[in-house]
Amino acid sequence: MLRSVSHKMLPTVSLVGFIAVWQFAASFWPPELFPSPLVVAKAFRELADMGVLWSHIGVSLARFTTAYLAAIIFAIPLGLFLGRNPLCRHAIDPLVQVLRPISPIAWFPLAVLWFGIGNAPAIFIIFLAAFYPVLLSTISAVVGIPPVYLKVANNFGAKPGAVFLRVIIPAAFPGIMVGLHIAVGTAWIHLVAGEMLGAQSGLGYMIVDARNFLRTDWIMAGMLLIGIIGLVINQAMRRAEQWLGRRWGGVA
Amino acid sequence: MTTPKIKLCAAEKHYSSPQGEDVIALAPVNLEIAKGEFVCLVGPSGCGKTTLINLMAGFEKTTAGTVTIDGRPVKGTDPDHIMIFQDYGLYPWRTVLGNVLFALEAKGLKKKEAVEKATEYIELVGLTKFTESFPHQLSGGMKQRVAIARALAVEPSVLFLDEPFGALDAFTRMYLQDELLRLWQEKRPTVVFVTHDLEEAVYLGGRVVLMAPGPGRVQKVIDIRLPWPRERTGDSLGKYRRELFEEFHLVHQQASGEAEYVI
Ligand SMILES: Nc1ncnc2c1ncn2[C@@H]1O[C@H](COP(=O)(O)OP(=O)(O)OP(=O)(O)O)[C@@H](O)[C@H]1O
Ligand SMILES: [Mg+2]
Repeated sequence: MLRSVSHKMLPTVSLVGFIAVWQFAASFWPPELFPSPLVVAKAFRELADMGVLWSHIGVSLARFTTAYLAAIIFAIPLGLFLGRNPLCRHAIDPLVQVLRPISPIAWFPLAVLWFGIGNAPAIFIIFLAAFYPVLLSTISAVVGIPPVYLKVANNFGAKPGAVFLRVIIPAAFPGIMVGLHIAVGTAWIHLVAGEMLGAQSGLGYMIVDARNFLRTDWIMAGMLLIGIIGLVINQAMRRAEQWLGRRWGGVA
Repeated sequence: MTTPKIKLCAAEKHYSSPQGEDVIALAPVNLEIAKGEFVCLVGPSGCGKTTLINLMAGFEKTTAGTVTIDGRPVKGTDPDHIMIFQDYGLYPWRTVLGNVLFALEAKGLKKKEAVEKATEYIELVGLTKFTESFPHQLSGGMKQRVAIARALAVEPSVLFLDEPFGALDAFTRMYLQDELLRLWQEKRPTVVFVTHDLEEAVYLGGRVVLMAPGPGRVQKVIDIRLPWPRERTGDSLGKYRRELFEEFHLVHQQASGEAEYVI
């Protein structure tokens, strides 16, 4: 009983500890260089009161959602197709292997050249960040479908369309979900990078803008916010995954 | 004799190994199986049992020779000839009902009719209480019963089973053997049953086809002229069991003899 309570308290304790250490450490530097948690909390208030915070969050989330959905829309069908076609997979493999290690950020100069400044390059970078995890996990999910599932479907005379919709997609689904989960993480990380490099709005821009004014408290508030929103998105994703996992009958 | 249900004429199967060598998985086999018969294929690992049943079920093509069912050459799988696998082949994202429905919908039945039929066959294998359960909530034996219900629901004229009870414990296996016999006697499909268990083969089969490895071939066919249900420990079964074991011993000696020769 005592143990389970202390077990539940553990994260809170470490969080409080972290804040205490931060507060203590910050007392050695001027707040412009290393703001304390209290100062950052005030910065939050300030940013929220100014009203810009919400519009930055809104813009970032909109970019994130657009790019993420676009990545899914392209990567899943392509992954399903490649998963079913060993020949095409074989043909395209070297291309993927070469393109994948290129960080989405390295695309930035080209992205700006092609799409100009604004939403487009940031969306493009987030798109790239989400695209590969979804593509690769979809391919491996399809390739990894136990052959017996397909044998059974063929044996009962299921039509190709039915095999695709009722066997291949549900069988690959848990694997695709893993890719979607990974992709939310990478996409969110690259969102900030994308916005720092060229956008005029969003959380990444907010941080760059704060740096230009030497507002370290705003910078830290922005960083924390990114972390917290990332956490929320991740949690939501995990919930969805668990729910679907149950729905899918304990696979995954 | 009337025309056989399944007929193999010098059916053989070769594979090419990764090194490009020709591997004879099955040397030419001649075999006739009558309609409604229960035939067991038995033999040590690697003697081509799976290869042979896959040729009949249409999962593999013969390298030479022919396989015909109802006088027509087997060109591929057929919803009238259903295979049951050792690992059940159930869809984990579908309930018991959903798994049986899959087969009936593939056959083109209307939803209402399909549900009725599925329910009937789930009852037949005694799983009515688990209609809405998912496969992961069932024991191995129950899963195989679902697979059997799914197979029988489409009313196939031939049932192929490749070591269907191989992964089950002895008690469940005996129970399912009796269940299978009961269902076979009720529905009377032609049954081809692969096993590596000699006991199982003599207990179930009207005929037992003993196979031998290196290359895979039919060693001997034994008629078991005993009515069902059979007494597992009975003397009459014992006689056949002895005969089969002696023959199997021969196969084993040959196999190990050859192995020594190779070494
Ligand atoms: N796809 C394949 N490619 C190459 N060789 C194969 C292939 N399938 C089977 N073989 C070979 O054919 C022979 C017979 O295999 P098969 O699976 O039919 O044996 P089996 O009697 O079913 O054995 P087990 O009892 O282990 O299931 C084996 O030597 C095996 O290595
Ligand atoms: Mg086998």
